[in-house]
Amino acid sequence: MSNKSPSSGTPAPEGTRKQGSQIIVDTLAEQGVDVMFGYLGGVVLPLFDKIYDSPIKFIIPRHEQGGCHMADAYARASGKPGVIIATSGPGATNLVTGLATAMMDSVPIVAITGQVRTDLIGNDAFQEADTTGITRPVTKHNVIIKDIKDLQKTIREAFYIATSGRPGPVLIDIPVDMQIAETEVVPPSKIKLPGYKVRTKGHARQIAVAAEAINASSKPVVYAGGGIIISNASNELRAFAEKAHLPVTTTFLGLGAFDQSKPESLDMLGMHGSAYANYAVQESDLLIAIGSRFEDRVTGKLKTFAPHAKIIHIDIDPASISKNVHVDIPVVGDAKTILTDLIEAVEYRQRDEWFALIAKWKKNHPFNYDRKADIVKPQYVIEELCRLTKGEAIITTGVGQHQMWSAQFYKYNHPRQFISSGGLGTMGFGLPAAIGAQVAMPDATVVDIDGDSSFNMTLTELSTAVQYELPIKIVLINNGYMGMVRQWQELFYGHRYSCSSLQNPDFAVLAEAFGAKGISVDKKENVTSALEEMLAAKGPCLVDFHVEREENVWPMVAAGKSLHEMDGLDIFESMA
Amino acid sequence: MKHLISALVQNKPGVLAHAAGMFAARAFNIDSLAVGRTDDPTLSRMTIVVIGDDKVVEQVRKQLAKLVTVVKVQDFVGQDVVARDLMLLRVTAPVEKRLEILTLVELYNAKVVDICAKSVMVEVCGPEAKIESFIDSCRQYGIKSVVRTGTIAMPRTSKTVKV
Ligand SMILES: Cc1ncc(C[n+]2csc(CCOP(=O)(O)OP(=O)(O)O)c2C)c(N)n1
Ligand SMILES: [Mg+2]
Repeated sequence: MSNKSPSSGTPAPEGTRKQGSQIIVDTLAEQGVDVMFGYLGGVVLPLFDKIYDSPIKFIIPRHEQGGCHMADAYARASGKPGVIIATSGPGATNLVTGLATAMMDSVPIVAITGQVRTDLIGNDAFQEADTTGITRPVTKHNVIIKDIKDLQKTIREAFYIATSGRPGPVLIDIPVDMQIAETEVVPPSKIKLPGYKVRTKGHARQIAVAAEAINASSKPVVYAGGGIIISNASNELRAFAEKAHLPVTTTFLGLGAFDQSKPESLDMLGMHGSAYANYAVQESDLLIAIGSRFEDRVTGKLKTFAPHAKIIHIDIDPASISKNVHVDIPVVGDAKTILTDLIEAVEYRQRDEWFALIAKWKKNHPFNYDRKADIVKPQYVIEELCRLTKGEAIITTGVGQHQMWSAQFYKYNHPRQFISSGGLGTMGFGLPAAIGAQVAMPDATVVDIDGDSSFNMTLTELSTAVQYELPIKIVLINNGYMGMVRQWQELFYGHRYSCSSLQNPDFAVLAEAFGAKGISVDKKENVTSALEEMLAAKGPCLVDFHVEREENVWPMVAAGKSLHEMDGLDIFESMA
Repeated sequence: MKHLISALVQNKPGVLAHAAGMFAARAFNIDSLAVGRTDDPTLSRMTIVVIGDDKVVEQVRKQLAKLVTVVKVQDFVGQDVVARDLMLLRVTAPVEKRLEILTLVELYNAKVVDICAKSVMVEVCGPEAKIESFIDSCRQYGIKSVVRTGTIAMPRTSKTVKV
């Protein structure tokens, strides 16, 4: 499948006039785009006519939401912005969930939507929607092009805004007449956005104050978020933690930012985080937050969060600082740049007592489940997957229990290895995300660990994987429930399982119908061989694991509880 | 508590929508919002009156500054500012009450800008308290309609003489 035929590829001489649609394609190429995702429609036909001749690879999803998640995961896996194109009206509205997902997790996307002719805007024309109005709260910025002369400049600005500072999706709405009209090609020039300032370098005095606090602390904890991954600062984080001798916990989105095989790793904190991370935060005298935003799933009850700790907060977004908790030492800027400066200023401290306490917590309260059970335990499937892939696969997920188990039982050693919708919690993200990640990383093993209900939402994208020969793998944790919802109904609504189960298809047969490989497993002894068969498969492959139906995610900090008040620890102990 | 925030924004379509949408999405309590062009045709000035504690106002300021089209944001808290509202008010003014109303207008340093048989339109400019007090004073005659600009404000420099 190819949209391309040879193209000249030489930049146009100055003063050349071109159609808007050609300018769009040329400017995308100029911005380094080599693959994009999108779906056709009436008002983007001029654009697709130019895509026909473009060397940029094009992936057509089965639904614009899927395409947007693909562009998102492509960006998360590669660090480059993802590009998604959709038509006006329903095409554009189908992007909303994808844009909101990317917005919440600070993912750079440039979305291009077609719009009805400028003279029809506001007339309720066929397939007209107020796209900039609808997408304003779910984009970092959006613009509608009303003058063809603004087109090229706006596309360049969109890439700059999407990828700089705290990244996010930027949408450009382009009426069809703007794609057809001609204008002069302008060479790239320095981007001038008077209202947009990005601060990378941290304030020297703040960094000195932070270093002083770190050197003086006897019970410090680093709480690292997705910002480390976005800023490509994992190496700096490791060097920082080594030099100053600090334990590191990460947020859900920060998984992979710090090698989980290291003794300094406390794994994930928060609602379903490790007991040792949560205890350490609550006991700490200094919390060093880097590229994280004190989200409610992380902090538990705010009033009693890290009650003894002074808080350092390093973040590129000034609006994140002191939004939820009071910060004692704010440092605004890019994590990589600030960590580089901070490494110079910190000193090694032994902190024997603190590390001994942490080691005791780690030993006494590891993530656990009933390993002796005869039935297929979801945690076991994920542990086996981790073992067989040597912890090197790129993992994507849906949303629910399987997502939490993927965070708890797969161990991540590299950044950009764990791709999941943390902020918005978008069911249906897993499969299209696996496709986007595989497009970005053709040689990687990409596995979507999905839930049955989540998978149901976007499973049509299986046919995209088959069409483009993307060898993604799907580990379906099939409990026949909206498991996470069922868990809450069990715990907080007296076992009343209202509307939380669906009748599922035979997923293995369905996969085969799409042209992928499908395997079904309902016995524990077949788990390993099925995973091996899946990993050995040349093309896309799905394994439908019929797991324990009413397994729960532990530990759990219930709503309104403090971070150290975890339920389920006794269950761990009884299994140890 | 009321806070005055002043934002210099790009004079482009969509800017007001971005700001207003952000206020709504983050559930900020906006008392008034006044926008107008500046001497530089590429820039407009927004003056926003926000109700909330310091933490809320700090967020309003930061979230506004984050908008790509917003160039600069100032919070006037603790500053000596000149703050003004402009109001047009139409009040019922039967002949027998007219003199009384005209005296009131004079007292408030306001101006009658339109007169008809049954009512007069008054233009009042000043700090919010004065505007509110004028409205209260007119109630007894019967207010027909009120239009206000919302507060605009500018800080005094320390060198300026108070006038
Ligand atoms: C689009 C969307 N709708 C609803 C929800 C609410 N929700 C969160 S988890 C969940 C159940 C997920 O079930 P499944 O995908 O089977 O995962 P499990 O919890 O069983 O592992 C639901 C309905 C959501 N997160 N996203
Ligand atoms: Mg399920």
